[in-house]
Amino acid sequence: MRSITRAGRRTIALAAGLLLVAISAAPALACGGLIGPNGAVNLLRTTTFAGYHDGVEHYVTSFEFAGGGGAFGSLTPLPGIPTSVEKGGDWTLQRLLRETDPPDARRLSLFAADAASAAPSAEVLMEVTIDALDLTVLRGGAAEVGTWATDHGFRLPPDAPEVLDFYAQRSPIFLAAAFDGDAAAARGQNVGDGTPVHVSIPTDNPWVPLRILALGKQSSEVVEADVYLLTDQSPAMLPYPDGFNGMTVTHAAPATDLLLSDLRSDRGMEWVPDKAWLTKVAIDAKAPQIGFDLAVDVSGANAPSRVAAGLDMPGATDPTVMAAMRWFAGVAFVTLGVGGVIWMIAKHQIDSRLRPA
Amino acid sequence: MRAFGLILVAVGLAALAAAWSGGPARGGDSTSATISIHFSRFEPAEVFATAGVPIRVTLVNTDPIDHEWLVGDAAFHDRHRTGTEAHHGARPTEVSLSPGSTATTTVRFDQPGEYLFICHLPGHEQYGMVGVLRVLQAQG
Repeated sequence: MRSITRAGRRTIALAAGLLLVAISAAPALACGGLIGPNGAVNLLRTTTFAGYHDGVEHYVTSFEFAGGGGAFGSLTPLPGIPTSVEKGGDWTLQRLLRETDPPDARRLSLFAADAASAAPSAEVLMEVTIDALDLTVLRGGAAEVGTWATDHGFRLPPDAPEVLDFYAQRSPIFLAAAFDGDAAAARGQNVGDGTPVHVSIPTDNPWVPLRILALGKQSSEVVEADVYLLTDQSPAMLPYPDGFNGMTVTHAAPATDLLLSDLRSDRGMEWVPDKAWLTKVAIDAKAPQIGFDLAVDVSGANAPSRVAAGLDMPGATDPTVMAAMRWFAGVAFVTLGVGGVIWMIAKHQIDSRLRPA
Repeated sequence: MRAFGLILVAVGLAALAAAWSGGPARGGDSTSATISIHFSRFEPAEVFATAGVPIRVTLVNTDPIDHEWLVGDAAFHDRHRTGTEAHHGARPTEVSLSPGSTATTTVRFDQPGEYLFICHLPGHEQYGMVGVLRVLQAQG
């Protein structure tokens, strides 16, 4: 086990589960219905552990086969440049599930993708191989990251340009993962086996990208995910999971000493503090409902960032406000013009009456 | 006389305001059009042409992903929904666009009617990549 935290950093342990979204790869064929011939991998329930302590956010994510061969990929937006991307602990996610749910019937997930080729256009900040996963940390705008992904054989779904732009405007850092199913099989990984990945990111507050979970989904499709947050104190969240927005808090309590001890004993989890608060957010929503991310404030100020939540974009004017301003300006123009005319006509008539015949 | 002048000014201001507050965009006149593809949407999604008169269409793909612009009648689209051509370009009504690329094609429809243009890449039509070329009867 390697220690992740460094002196001078606060450690947060939000367990970030799977934020990995699919990008399917395979030479993009032009006419309809030609999604990868080996695309027998489905996105099941995504589990994300996001831990935040001492100014560092820890994502622990895992990919799991649902079957099929070939290669599979995903793209995960990150709130900053990670200091490390390494193999995650073997039981962190399972232990969390065991803490809050019966230990059966929970699946991790991924989305289909195919092989990769060359010619990056986004800046490659880090490349790491973990088992059958090739992980690349990218920096770039939506176009650059999209082009990089396309050049590397990922077939992006039609909503990808808008979703990538949604994220790149706030943080131009992405984690691309290419999961080679054949390689996984060669390693003896079976259907259902997952590869956990642990990403450590220094950041002011934890943040969990959610909108990307709906990437590539039809409006009738459902997003199912579990997000575990492990924070020093009870977190303030935006949007608050009220059940109506597709998110529900299903667990919120001080983490038990036994849980913390178990988590701390897993690979790379030495940063887990002695005391922490465990929150589980269950997401069960139609894809269009998830148009936001989960902003978290652990400072005690109870003020999660609207920008981090994706409710406001940095430096952008709210389009509804802009439209309203234009409408009011138009009405003002017309009112002033017509009013001026009426006033002039009235004045003209008064002047005519007052004028000596 | 002064009042009449002011009425004209007011009407002019109103027209300016109406124009500024926006109206449906048009891709050009009946002989040319520019269609932008942004966030997997055609902009504009409605273009006009005249029956029997060629229309030159410039397609600008601003997205970092591949797109298509295929225009035709219902039977044409039925074929392409299940088609297997990896790339289009040999026919003017079928254009493939790589990320960030621009292409120009000239099409002509002799019969008035509505001809949809659609991107038939997987999932794109369902996402809303559909527009219409309205071919109007020639005047006179």
